Amino acid sequence: MEKQIVLETRDLTKKYDGRTVVDHLNLHVAENEVFGLLGPNGAGKTTTILMLLGLTEPASGNARVFGFDSTREPLKVKRITGYLPERLGFYEGLTARQNLRFIAWLNNMTDDEAERQIDQVLAEVGLTEVADTAVGKFSRGMKQRLGIADVLVKKPRLAILDEPTAGLDPEGINQIIDLIAALPKMGTTVVMCSHRLYEVQRICHSIAILAKGKLVVEGDLDAIGREAFAEGRYRIEVETDGASPQLVGVIGKVKGVKNVEAKGNLLHITTDSDLRAAISRVVVDSGAALVQMKVEEFSLDDIYKRYFQEG
Amino acid sequence: MITIIRKELADYFTSIRCFILFLLVLVASAVALYAAQQGIRGADTQSGFVFTALFTTGTNIPSLITFIALLVPVIGIALGFDAINNERSTGTLNRILSQPIYRDSVINGKFLAGLVTLAIMILVAMLLVAGYGLRMIGVPPGAEEIIRLFIYFVAVIIYGAFWMGLAILFSVLFRSLAVSLLCPLAIWILLGNPVFNPYVSFIAPAMTNSIGTYLLLLRISPYWLFAESTEALLDPFFRGLGILTVSDTTGMLYRPLSLDQSLLLVWPQLTALICLTVVCFAVSYVVFMRQEIRST
Repeated sequence: MEKQIVLETRDLTKKYDGRTVVDHLNLHVAENEVFGLLGPNGAGKTTTILMLLGLTEPASGNARVFGFDSTREPLKVKRITGYLPERLGFYEGLTARQNLRFIAWLNNMTDDEAERQIDQVLAEVGLTEVADTAVGKFSRGMKQRLGIADVLVKKPRLAILDEPTAGLDPEGINQIIDLIAALPKMGTTVVMCSHRLYEVQRICHSIAILAKGKLVVEGDLDAIGREAFAEGRYRIEVETDGASPQLVGVIGKVKGVKNVEAKGNLLHITTDSDLRAAISRVVVDSGAALVQMKVEEFSLDDIYKRYFQEG
Repeated sequence: MITIIRKELADYFTSIRCFILFLLVLVASAVALYAAQQGIRGADTQSGFVFTALFTTGTNIPSLITFIALLVPVIGIALGFDAINNERSTGTLNRILSQPIYRDSVINGKFLAGLVTLAIMILVAMLLVAGYGLRMIGVPPGAEEIIRLFIYFVAVIIYGAFWMGLAILFSVLFRSLAVSLLCPLAIWILLGNPVFNPYVSFIAPAMTNSIGTYLLLLRISPYWLFAESTEALLDPFFRGLGILTVSDTTGMLYRPLSLDQSLLLVWPQLTALICLTVVCFAVSYVVFMRQEIRST
């Protein structure tokens, strides 16, 4: 099933004072997925986001969000896009509800619709009880959650979140992450920047890694892992009650298997595709007991480190 | 943009800053009223312009127009100096600009909301003095006086708009609140304050010996332009801006100028003030539109 691409950049480039900050960037984000934009500080993530929203002009190239050109039709893009800035600020003297109401008004919502939507998003982020408290009294975590509410109040089709979990405690992080993970089901595509690779791996379907304004790698998270560690192949780990050379031989003959290594009772099998079903059949047929079998997962941490060792 | 004006106005009216400014305006009106009460008997009431004298009469206590000339720049600067850079430093500018609005509605909305606030303050002061003055002297204003006062009111708004535009300009240019407050204040002290004005008293006279050039130099100062216009607007007997020689005044009838003649007299001054305001605002507008939005 080919997913529809809703956000696309073509050779997007930005220069500040002659220094290239974003360099011919090509990104593709499919509808209703969580897309992680990764990279060290100063890699050009925030600049890219600002260009996506039409808040800053690219030197060359273009960006399209739901078919709208970010530079030429920024209003149409901003109408359907919610943005959580890295350093988010609220009017400290106003209450949470008043802050959200202002945003709702700016989005031309009617009063009824705005109130309903505000109640709903405040409940979603768990701030209903403090809805009428001045934001100045909020903790960092509460402000961050209000920031998410602020993005959701306009019912965006695309949410761009810059460091949505920065400065939160572990429990707060989990709440926010769960909230973000639930967004695609409600019809909101998410693009998020984060330095917390573990979180990204938990909720992102695909990622892009930037370094010095250039795209290092982009794509499906699992595919990138395989690409990075097994030259695009699957690595399957099989544990049996006794690995005989004979078994190794049999598995090696399964179509698609490239290599089999035995290490005690563990077999490491490299294959072209997910051949777990075929391998398990062969193991059982050979008379050995299959204790467990899994496709090796690549931690994003390893992937990230690997790309930056090379770069 | 209506939404932004609405929000800015709500902000202003609930802020301590505005409360203090309102207090200042009230105190100034009370003092001016007292001054008018003390001085009105000595004022020239033959001409039939008694009502405007309420605003212009002061003894050793300054009159309302002096107070307004002093206060309006302060109000303008106080309302405008943190318009943009405060939003930028608290991170709210980012958030607003990522909403589906044109970027210029932010700066336009702020400017207009400031003007409305300023207008309300000045209107309150003028109505207070007019109302209590009416009770005090019992002479109702004539139609011409009302028109003169209204034009004066408009001139005050323009003058305030100039200072606010200047303050907004600095708030666009500089990130630091202290700098964006000090810059317009420095300009105000140098060129715009009616109490002790180094430009009018020392700098301009030191630059030239000719009276004509001196007057020209003075008119660089927005305060001078404003002072000349208000004087001519509220005092129908005021007929010469600058120096009148004996030959000019010989044979001059001691009669008030008609409204259109008074207006004609100050038209260049008013135009210059409007121009200055437009230039200030236009520069801040352009700079703001081209500025990068990066928060870092």
